[in-house]
Amino acid sequence: MSGTDHGPRTTDDTAELPDSAALAEAASSWRSAYVHIPFCARRCPYCDFAVVAADEPGGGEIERYVEALLAEIGMEPGPFPVDAVNLGGGTPTRVASLHLGRILDEIDAHLGIADNAEISIEANPEDWTDNRARELRSMGFNRVSFGVQSLDPLVLHALGRAHSPEEATSAVIAARSAGFNTVSVDLIYGTPEESDASWRRTVRGVLALEPNHLSAYALTVEGGTALSRSISAGAPAPDPDEQADRFECVDAAAGAAGLSRYEVSNWAGAGHACRYNLSSWMMGEFAAFGTGAHDHRFGVRSRNIRRLDAYLAGIGAGERARSGSERLDAFESERERFMVGLRLAAGVEPGLVGGPFLASEEGRRLVDAGIVGLGDGRIVVLRPLLTDLVARSVLSVSPDDC
Amino acid sequence: MTAPSRIRNFSIIAHIDHGKSTLADRLLERTGAISERDMREQVLDDMDLERERGITIKANAVRIDYTAESGDSHQLNLIDTPGHVDFSYEVSRSLEACEGAVLVVDASQGVEAQTLANAYLAIEEGLEIIPVVNKIDLPAADPDRAAEELAKVLGGTAEEVIRVSAKTGAGIDELLEAIVDRLPPPGGDEQAPLRALVFDSFYDTFRGVVSSVRIVDGRISRRDRVRFMATSLDVEAAELGIRRPALEVVEGLTTGEVGYLITGVKEIDLIRVGDTVTHTATPTGQALPGYLEPKPMVFSGLFPTDGDEFERLREALDKLRLNDSSLVFQAETSRALGFGFRVGFLGLLHMEIVRERLEREYDLDLVATAPSVAYVANLASGEQVAVRSPQDLPDAGSLISIEEPYVKVMIITPSEYIGTVMDLVQQRRGEMGEMTYLSPERAELHYRIPLAEIVFDFFDQLKTRTRGYASLDYEPDNYQVSDLVRVNILLNGIPVDAFSTIVHRDKAYPYGKAMVGRLRELIPRQLFDVPIQAAIGTRIISRETIKAQRKDVTAKCYGGDITRKRKLLERQKEGKRRMKMVGQVEVPQEAFVAALKLET
Repeated sequence: MSGTDHGPRTTDDTAELPDSAALAEAASSWRSAYVHIPFCARRCPYCDFAVVAADEPGGGEIERYVEALLAEIGMEPGPFPVDAVNLGGGTPTRVASLHLGRILDEIDAHLGIADNAEISIEANPEDWTDNRARELRSMGFNRVSFGVQSLDPLVLHALGRAHSPEEATSAVIAARSAGFNTVSVDLIYGTPEESDASWRRTVRGVLALEPNHLSAYALTVEGGTALSRSISAGAPAPDPDEQADRFECVDAAAGAAGLSRYEVSNWAGAGHACRYNLSSWMMGEFAAFGTGAHDHRFGVRSRNIRRLDAYLAGIGAGERARSGSERLDAFESERERFMVGLRLAAGVEPGLVGGPFLASEEGRRLVDAGIVGLGDGRIVVLRPLLTDLVARSVLSVSPDDC
Repeated sequence: MTAPSRIRNFSIIAHIDHGKSTLADRLLERTGAISERDMREQVLDDMDLERERGITIKANAVRIDYTAESGDSHQLNLIDTPGHVDFSYEVSRSLEACEGAVLVVDASQGVEAQTLANAYLAIEEGLEIIPVVNKIDLPAADPDRAAEELAKVLGGTAEEVIRVSAKTGAGIDELLEAIVDRLPPPGGDEQAPLRALVFDSFYDTFRGVVSSVRIVDGRISRRDRVRFMATSLDVEAAELGIRRPALEVVEGLTTGEVGYLITGVKEIDLIRVGDTVTHTATPTGQALPGYLEPKPMVFSGLFPTDGDEFERLREALDKLRLNDSSLVFQAETSRALGFGFRVGFLGLLHMEIVRERLEREYDLDLVATAPSVAYVANLASGEQVAVRSPQDLPDAGSLISIEEPYVKVMIITPSEYIGTVMDLVQQRRGEMGEMTYLSPERAELHYRIPLAEIVFDFFDQLKTRTRGYASLDYEPDNYQVSDLVRVNILLNGIPVDAFSTIVHRDKAYPYGKAMVGRLRELIPRQLFDVPIQAAIGTRIISRETIKAQRKDVTAKCYGGDITRKRKLLERQKEGKRRMKMVGQVEVPQEAFVAALKLET
C-alpha cells in the first residue's frame, strides 16, 4: 500500500485498551473511508438501511454498481490518506471478491491507504467459506464483522436471517484461520421471540468462539420497516426493561471474557477497537462512497442519493451523486462532538459545552442520580443505556451559556 | 321619542342551535331594519363603522321600528341574553330589562333543559312569554309535539304557540303582531327621578366601559352628571346611543327605552351589571332591586408551565377581567407547581372559556388543577373558614364539620334513558326530586346534587349515557354538612396539590386508587423509582411505583447517522417541552388534564 502523506498514526494503538482516553483522542485525527454495498439476498424485517434486495425491482445490478463506485472514487480531487476502510451494507459479501479488491485498489490509488490501516468488511455467515476468507485476506482485508445476530434458530427466523447457528460458528473459525487480525461478531438482543435463557446461550456460545471484538445492539423498531408494521398490527414490541436485562447480561459476560466495553454497544480486546467507528464517534473525517453514504470532511457533512437508479444516473452523468449537505457552525459542531462522545466508555473532554452542561439544572440532576460522572477531567455516562437521555439534556445548552 | 305605550322590550330565549339568531335576522329584515338584499353588506358596513369608532358592540339590544296591522307604529327593542346557565345572573338582568320573551323551540328537538331554565327565569321575572316553534319547514319537524311540550311547561294551550320558520319567513308576521298584542308596554314614571338598569357592560379598548341600559323611570340626556349607585361613582354621560343595528348616537333616552351609555370610565369593576344609574343632583331614593356581587362557584389553580411566565399570566388575567368582572383571582403558591393563581369561575363553562382564552389569545401554556368548589369548614373554635382549595382545609383536629354547596339540577331526557340517568345521579350522591313527563317520550327530572359531583365530568357522562339526547341545567341551592375528607396524592413523597381533592369519605378509596393508577400510566419513567401514593392524612390508602427508566439510547450510531440522530434527539427534546417539574419528577401536561377527567 502507498500514500501516507499525512504520516503514520502517531499513536501505536495495537496494545491500547479499547476504552482508554488516549486511544479515543488519537482517533479524532484519524481518517477513514466508507463504501456502501446496498445489495442483500432479502431485506431483514428490522432493517431501514439503503438496501436493494435481490428479489426487489432494481436488483441484479451489482456489476453496474461496482463500476459506478469506481467512477465515484475516481472523482476524488486529491489524496486523502486513510487509517481505516470499511465496506458496509447491505451485504458486501454479495459482491464477488474480485470486485471488492478493485474497490480497495481504487481507494488506495485515489485517496491512499496507510500501511497498517484497518481494512474491514461486513459479512453474512452464509456467504463465508474458507476460500472466500483467504481471497479477501489476500486482497488486504484484515478485519471482518459477522452479522450473527443470535445463535437461537427461533430468533434468527424472527429476524429474517438466512444462516444457521452452525454457519455462524464456522464462519468465525474460518476467518481466524485465514489470518484476519480482528474478527467481530454482531448480535441483536431484545427480539420479542428471545428469552433470557436463549440470550444467555447466545452470549455464552459466541464468547466461546473467542472473538476479539463484539457488537451487541438492542433491536430497534425503525419507522417504515416490516417490523414496525407488524407491531402496529398487534405483534409484540421489544421491551426496554428486557433489553436492559440482556445488556447487563452481555456486558458482564464479555467483561469476564476479557473484552472491554468501549462504546454503548461495542466490546473489544486490547488493540481491537474498531478504528473506523472510533474515529467517526470522535468527529474524525471520513470519505464515503455509494448509495446513501454519508461523508464528513472539511467541516461538511454530506450524503449521497439513497436510491440505486438515481445514484447510478448521477454518477453516469459524471457527478458526485450528493442529495444534501450541512455545515455546522463552531458551536453546533462542538456540541455534536460532545453528544456523540458521550457514547464512549472513555467519556468525552468537556470542551466548551461540558461545563455549562454540568452546571445546568438537568446536568446536576443527572450527576445526582449517578447517571453522569466526571473522571480524569472527562465527562462519562455511567449508565450507558441512558445515553440519549443525557444527550437530550445537552441540547439545552445554548451558545450563550458557553 | 316614543310614548311608553308604543314600546315593547323583549328577549328571544332559545337553546343553542334552535335558531335564535336566524329568527332575530328575520325580524330585522321583515321590519325593514335590514333589507334582504343588503343584509350581508350592511352587517359588514356596520363592522367597519364600529372599527372606525373603535367600539366593538356586542349585539345586546337592537331597536326596530314596526308598524302594526292596526296602523300604529311601535318601537321594538330586541334584547340579547347570554345563553348559558353559568351566566344566569346576567341572564336575569337582561330579562329584567324586558317585559316579555319569545321562547323558541326547535320543532324537531322539542324543549331542552337550558331553554326551560331560562324560561323559568323569565317567568320568575314576571315576563309575558310568547311560545314559538321554529324550523317547521324541516322534514323531521314535529310541530304538534313541540307545541304540546311548550304548552305543558308553560301551562298554556298548544293553540297559543306560534309556528314559524325563520328560514323561509313563514309565521314571522304573526309573531310580530303577537309581540305588539300580547306583550305589555313598559311601566315606569317619566316624571320620577332617573333610574336606569345596567343590564350589560363590556370594555372597549378605545372608549372604555360601554354599558347597556334600560330606563326604568325618568329620562337621561347627554352631558348629564350621573351616579352608579352600587359603586357611588359620579361621572358624565358622555355619549348615549342605540343600535338599529347600525350605531346611532341619540341626545337622550326616556322611560321604557333601551340604549347604550359611555362615560369614559376605564375600570369595568366600577360599572357592573345589575347596578342602577341615577342623576347625581337629583338621585332616586331607591336603587333597583336585585344587584348581586358576582359569586364564583368553581375554583381552579392556574399555573404557567414555565415558571417565568407568571407575570405574563397576571397581566393576561388582568386584561380578561376588564371585560369580565365576575372573574376573581388571587396569587397562590403550590409546592408542586410553583407560582400561579387561584381563580374563581361562575361555572364550568366559564372556567373552560377563560382557560381557553388564556392559552389561545395570550399564548400561555397552563397547568390547571382539578376544579374544586367553595367549601365551608366549621372549626372547633366556632369560626367558619372558606375553603376554596383542598390546601385551605384546616387539620382534621381543629375541624368539626365541612359543608358543601348543593345545586338544583334539572335534566330533560328521553324516557328510555330515565334509568341510566337515575343511576348516574345516584352515583353522584344526588337526591331525587320531582319527575314530570313532558310527553310520553320525554321526562323532566329534578335533583339536588352536591356541586362538587358535577364539576368533573357529569355533563359528559350524561351525554354519553343518553346518546347525547339529555340536556342539563343547574342553579345554586344551599350549603349542607357532608362527611368529606381530603385525599392527598403524593408523588415521590411530595403532596401534589394539583391532584389532591376533597371528596366524600365513601369515595376516597376509589378516587385514590383510580388517580394513582392513572398517574402511573401517564407519568413517564424517570431517573429513579417514583412512588405514587394516595393518602387521607397520614394514612396511605393506595400506592403504585413508576420504575426507574433503564434504557433510553439508540443502539447503533455510525458515522453517517450522526446528523439524523441529532435531529431525532432535537425532536424528542421538543416533545418534552410540555413537561412540568414537580419536585424531581417530570410530569406531562396531559396528566393534569386527565386528572380532571377522572371517572371514579
